[in-house]
Amino acid sequence: MSLPLLQVENLSRHFVVRRSLLGTPLSTVKAVDGVSFEIGEGETLALVGESGCGKSTVGRLVLRLIEPTDGRVLFEGRDLAGLDAGALQAFRARAQLIFQDPYASLNPRMTVGSTLTEPLLLHTDLSAADRRGRIGELLETVGLRRDHGDRYPHEFSGGQRQRIAIARALAVEPKLIVCDEPVSALDVSIRSQVLNLLKDLQQRMGLSYLFVSHDLAVVKHIADRVAVMYLGRIVETAAADDLFREPRHPYAEALLSAIPVPQPGARGRRRLLAGDPPSPIAPPPGCHLHPRCPHAAAPCSTQVPRLVSDPAGHATACHLWQEIPRVGATAREDALPAHLTRLIGAFETTDS
Amino acid sequence: MSAPLLSVEDLHVAFDGGGGRTTQAVSGVSFAVEGGRTLGIVGESGCGKSVTSLAVMRLLPRDTARVSGRVIFEGRDLLALPERAMRDLRGNRLAMIFQEPMTSLNPSYTVGDQVGEALVRHRGLSAREVRNAAIDLLSKVRIPSPETRVDEYPHKLSGGMRQRVMIAMALACRPALLVADEPTTALDVTIQAQMLELLRQLQVETGTAIVLITHDLGVVAETCDEVAVMYAGQIVERAPVAELFSRPQHPYTVGLIGSLPRLGERRERLAAIRGSVPVLSGRTIGCRFAPRCPFAQAACTATSPDLVDQGGGHLSRCLRAPLERLVA
Repeated sequence: MSLPLLQVENLSRHFVVRRSLLGTPLSTVKAVDGVSFEIGEGETLALVGESGCGKSTVGRLVLRLIEPTDGRVLFEGRDLAGLDAGALQAFRARAQLIFQDPYASLNPRMTVGSTLTEPLLLHTDLSAADRRGRIGELLETVGLRRDHGDRYPHEFSGGQRQRIAIARALAVEPKLIVCDEPVSALDVSIRSQVLNLLKDLQQRMGLSYLFVSHDLAVVKHIADRVAVMYLGRIVETAAADDLFREPRHPYAEALLSAIPVPQPGARGRRRLLAGDPPSPIAPPPGCHLHPRCPHAAAPCSTQVPRLVSDPAGHATACHLWQEIPRVGATAREDALPAHLTRLIGAFETTDS
Repeated sequence: MSAPLLSVEDLHVAFDGGGGRTTQAVSGVSFAVEGGRTLGIVGESGCGKSVTSLAVMRLLPRDTARVSGRVIFEGRDLLALPERAMRDLRGNRLAMIFQEPMTSLNPSYTVGDQVGEALVRHRGLSAREVRNAAIDLLSKVRIPSPETRVDEYPHKLSGGMRQRVMIAMALACRPALLVADEPTTALDVTIQAQMLELLRQLQVETGTAIVLITHDLGVVAETCDEVAVMYAGQIVERAPVAELFSRPQHPYTVGLIGSLPRLGERRERLAAIRGSVPVLSGRTIGCRFAPRCPFAQAACTATSPDLVDQGGGHLSRCLRAPLERLVA
């Protein structure tokens, strides 16, 4: 592969939480603290982590919706920081965003058709008739009907609204879509419809996704590679299959072992972390995890571990990962019984 | 076998909307829980699972909700009790944990006041006794330095800590039954794992029965003894947990299991249940899942199926059960 579509280098974003009377910052949160990764064309990178780890902030930085404190974002090799207004506008047609809450991200006073018209007006010079045609096409692409364009968001279910949000993102034929928890607000049966749709669209259009999520089972399903974040830093990144088979960082391991497995009796030994995540305003020195880590030793509380990659591209930011006893995959989840797989098969063939 | 601790029989809940419209949120739900056991009630938004739990606790608004059926708890029908007797039970013999630890604690009372409230009301303890009991309870739910936390206000606690306080409140009087409505949904997975572990340990210690309302089949598989699957206001399947996951007998359950991304295998596509949940207006004829069911036949829309025992206490509301024969 030649140049990756997106390169993120040492990206940081600090937010000031308290200022003195004169405006000097008293305390800051390092929401994103030296994050680097790449996304190739047609690839899905998932950013996972718990509330407040900075994963959504990374999504916003990548789209230049907020400015970084430090570091660079290169899209198709060009630094976003250097783009002028015109070039930024062009970039916005190439990179789009889907939000978590389909109830809040659509304007309730606009018909679906006019919601979808906006990006076309901004970024294309289609005639009114062509725009109507394109909107009909987009609605069908995401599994809705052409005449849905005349309706308002409240007439749709959550899953359908998320389809509309996806259609809006697709309107300008982007290369990259940042999906910020796109299925977290949806019920399980609807969630799978939307995940299938995202996968289909990727295959059809060669889209790249930056998939921000806290749900590791969903991530395993959709991602090619995964980056695990904790308190603003990436602690491990690997191909999805590798990470789920052999997590190396104690945090990644704990995160994986915490997922409830939908198979009674499958739960292996659970690696629970002690306590709650510390305040991001005053994170522990050294490795941020050390006060909660069962393996922490001397260097962990003083030196920040670097993210070091092995030749296979599995990178870990832990001083001790080579010495920690592995438990491997934490839950043994068997394949479903044959009759059940066949029954489930009846559903897949009737997908809309 | 003795009588179960809680037995809900033919529970119906309807809400009067404006203009004579009614929403039938729960239609004919029956289940039973024995002491020390956990029953999971699982289903998607709007299936009636939370309304069922609120009806059991008698916490539904009296002016708009019409509740019928019987809720037999320790030999008494809760729906027939006067409000005063109900208040003597709530927080005492039966308690509830809600989903949102942020909104279900009172921001203007200290943690100790809230944890101890039930003890003052039901046990008549003195202020000093209550404070000591609250500290005890906080340490039982593994809150670090309970002696200082007891005097703090909820805003100083993290989400996980607040949920622990909620659990401590609910367990203060050692209730025989705990109704937990999505107790871990608002929490991160690592905190959720801690919380489920905690509930399990406390259940072993106290012998409390738990009714766990959730949408998460993973949580069900790990914590419940028995499961009731709800769809559109009805229980469509009820079975011991291992049975439900290995031999589901209702197509909706099959669809739910198939729609989960699984860690153990990588599938290109997930099962999708076409369409969406029906609107719960008045009376409907036929199976409520039929319009979305790949196995539906003419008979399914003509008659309303009953919840039928398929053997071994595995109940299914499906005319086409046992499902194995459909793919044999």
